[in-house]
Amino acid sequence: MSIIEVNKLDLFYGNFQALNDITLGIEKQKITALIGPSGCGKSTFLRSLNRMNDLIDDVRISGSVSIDGRDIYQPGTDLLALRKKVGMVFQRPNPFPLSIYDNVVYGLRVHGILDKKIMQEKLHWSLESVHLWDEVKDKLDSNALALSGEQQQRLCIARLAVVEPEVLLMDEPCSALDPVATAKIEDLMHELKKQYTIIIVTHNMQQAARVSDYTGYFLLGELVEFGGTNQIFTSPKDSRTEDYLTGRFG
Amino acid sequence: MQRHFDEELADLNKEILRMGGLTEESILKSVEALKARSADQARQVITDDKQIDQMELAIDEKCLDLLALHQPMAIDLRFITMTMKISTDLERIADLAVDIAQRVLEIADKPQLKPLIDIPKLATLAQSMVKEAIDAFVRRDVELAKKIILRDTEADNLRNLVQSELITDYIAKDSSTAPRAVALLLVARHLERICDHTTNIAEDVIFMVEGKVVKHHLDIL
Repeated sequence: MSIIEVNKLDLFYGNFQALNDITLGIEKQKITALIGPSGCGKSTFLRSLNRMNDLIDDVRISGSVSIDGRDIYQPGTDLLALRKKVGMVFQRPNPFPLSIYDNVVYGLRVHGILDKKIMQEKLHWSLESVHLWDEVKDKLDSNALALSGEQQQRLCIARLAVVEPEVLLMDEPCSALDPVATAKIEDLMHELKKQYTIIIVTHNMQQAARVSDYTGYFLLGELVEFGGTNQIFTSPKDSRTEDYLTGRFG
Repeated sequence: MQRHFDEELADLNKEILRMGGLTEESILKSVEALKARSADQARQVITDDKQIDQMELAIDEKCLDLLALHQPMAIDLRFITMTMKISTDLERIADLAVDIAQRVLEIADKPQLKPLIDIPKLATLAQSMVKEAIDAFVRRDVELAKKIILRDTEADNLRNLVQSELITDYIAKDSSTAPRAVALLLVARHLERICDHTTNIAEDVIFMVEGKVVKHHLDIL
């Protein structure tokens, strides 16, 4: 079942068309990987799913993006609620320069949840969900920036999890991590998909093959091919996908 | 864009071509040995098989290296994995030529049972199927691969013909002919098995080129 339906999405930065007629459905509680060369529109597409492109000047969008059946580009859309529902994990872990505790409960405070007991419970639960609780339970007051890169990335995921989103957008979440840390985040993704729908942009094709259920190949702002990850990586239908996967591209 | 990887794949292609050539030769020599009732020729087939065994190991090792070091995808992944399977089928085909040679050793010093008519026909069919399967692999020729798969029935029919003739005209009538008749019956069986392995190769070629599984789904051909 699709949680996100994208229909004929075009996106322009000024005169430059970054996305061209994108139509696809994202399945609930599955991992969808977006692959393609740099500058082909993957991250732009990802950001269009929680309207983060709105923050950039001179962006024009047409077409529709529906999440849970509601078009998020309709006037009157509550952006705070949208970004609570659709959270984003970035390439470099970006914890606030605050304590671990304050990082995690930040979202709760923004959404007006100030009850200490509820905050404590949600903090515990969200850190457990990213397997960070045991590592940090005795130093919740320490600065989050003192954690390792991989722990910081897990903390950022916990910071999203605490407000109970439905969709996690991940923009190259492992590109700043070593292979062991990457494996931990990938294992975590497999667990997180029981609860969330995950869309990941990655340049690491092995990673896309390992973690995702569905894969989309973007090229020059177009979605060239979309399908089950097994099919895309073993028998792509479009020769452009084939060329990219086999390194013949470019 | 030409990749360094392409050279390695081209090498692999050549190796299969070479192994296919030796395998074809092995079938030819085993059938020649049978026609000439020559134990020496039969022993030569058995000795030559070691080289084909070595080639299978070398190809498998090369494929494993390429998989581990390049983590290939799409057509490259299908090419390397199917090459591994095809080298196994070629090695099995060569083993069947050895089996034929062993049957020759069993009957070489005994009087000829009957003039060979259908067995050479079956041998010619098997050889041409092997040759075409290797051609289909090297040329990525799906149409040829499909033809090979459909020819397998021809092999089954010839084998059945040989079998019923040997049983009805010889074994049933005179049990003393049984050792020689059974040897010939087994030769027909070995040749028919060779054809089965070539259809495996043809099915792998179709998967390699089109990513389509036709194995056990011959209705979609």
